[in-house]
Amino acid sequence: MLLVEKLTKSFSQRQAVSSVSFQIEKGEVIGFLGQNGAGKSTTLRMICGAIEPDQGDARIAGYSIVRHRRQAQRLIGYLPEGAPLYPDMRVTEFLNFMADCHQLQGSARQSAIDRVITDTRLSSALGQTIATLSKGFKRRVGLAGALLHDPPALILDEPLDGLDPIQRSAVKTLISTMAPDKAVLISTHNLDDIPAMCSRTIIIDHGRIIADETPDALARRGAGSLETAFAELVSETARVTH
Amino acid sequence: MKGYLPYLLTTTATAWKREVSTYFATPLAYIFLAIFLLSVGLFTWDISGFFEAGTADLNAFFGWHPWLYIFFMPALAMRLWSDEKLLGTIELLNSLPVSLSGLVAGKLLAAWTVAGAGLVMTLPWWIIVNYLGDTDNGVIAVSYLMSWMMAGAFLGIGSTVSALTSSSAIAFVLSVAASFLITAAGWPILSVNIDSVFGPTLSEIVSQFSFMTHFSPAQRGVVELRNIIFFVSFIGLSIFATRLLIEYRRRVPK
Repeated sequence: MLLVEKLTKSFSQRQAVSSVSFQIEKGEVIGFLGQNGAGKSTTLRMICGAIEPDQGDARIAGYSIVRHRRQAQRLIGYLPEGAPLYPDMRVTEFLNFMADCHQLQGSARQSAIDRVITDTRLSSALGQTIATLSKGFKRRVGLAGALLHDPPALILDEPLDGLDPIQRSAVKTLISTMAPDKAVLISTHNLDDIPAMCSRTIIIDHGRIIADETPDALARRGAGSLETAFAELVSETARVTH
Repeated sequence: MKGYLPYLLTTTATAWKREVSTYFATPLAYIFLAIFLLSVGLFTWDISGFFEAGTADLNAFFGWHPWLYIFFMPALAMRLWSDEKLLGTIELLNSLPVSLSGLVAGKLLAAWTVAGAGLVMTLPWWIIVNYLGDTDNGVIAVSYLMSWMMAGAFLGIGSTVSALTSSSAIAFVLSVAASFLITAAGWPILSVNIDSVFGPTLSEIVSQFSFMTHFSPAQRGVVELRNIIFFVSFIGLSIFATRLLIEYRRRVPK
């Protein structure tokens, strides 16, 4: 469903992402792990077309984000880091704007809007302007926008950031419910979220992939602890690169 | 390219709708319209001494337009793209299956709509001059049309400059400066100086690009196709330039 091929990006002098490749099938939920500045967001932004890769490509259901941008982007739901939104808009206005952008019309449009309102539990905030919402609500509005056109590929950059424990578990449940029909890529730096949500973990460090395995296999490296395994892997690459 | 035009137009409409509602959801449109009307009134009736002149035309009124637009159009356009960058929503826009040219055009059209609303609100003065005396309504109609075309070109400058920065304040100041230069390029004081320093050819070229050169014939009631073409091309060019800047940032992000 999602094929990432040798994505590479550098900013001025710094190589942010070097030849990152992986593949996600329908039904998989991938936890994309890495320290701050490891290249997580840059990779996700390239997959969605928010920035253009220097080299490499990402294919969504066969459509290249570089050469068939529009077709590929129709199949992606993207929640950017920090869930940026228009503060002056009301929640319903934002969802209608997203529906316009995806050219949803007629009854399909209304049912899509109703579906995401239910799924992300937004019904109590519909008439509010986004500026007045709490951080958790804003994140859910961003998520609702990403889910609106029911995309087969979901790319979520820190979707659980700023949510309280109850909201976190609600979003995790939502993601698990949707997972069978979608390829999901979730970046996080919170290892606690991984076991309940993800079928596979990919770890990125200094712009390179250093591990791609199931959470269980990863935990075994750290004697049962994901945290230990992660810390060891990251320090290992630090030794190799310096 | 099949299906490109509907795609472009749908995005234009989407961006226009969203942007117009932002103008009126925030106080910006209301403040703009109120201060614009106040300023035009003040300059026309007070400073130019409309009633003392004793002629039933709106020449004094239109004469001020380029100079007022230097400040008012950058104020309307300053946040068109700088806000998207500041809020990070440019990231969202860039990830959506929409036409970038359509987004740029829709936003510009929205600002142009608000500018048009400002002009429409001055229409009562047209009625007043008709009441006061024998008025050449053709001249006034042409002047209104060309003033609105010129406003679009000023907004084109503002939109392009706004794509350069995430600060709407910086966008405003730079747009005012650029707008002033392109207006004053046709100003006799400036062209005489360019003439004496660089020769008549350059001063002729510079003044050909001035908004004044293409706006002032309208005040004599002359509607020249080439002036309309000038403003339309200028707007088209600014849409293209804005698009290039946004695409550049997608390749070379900060």
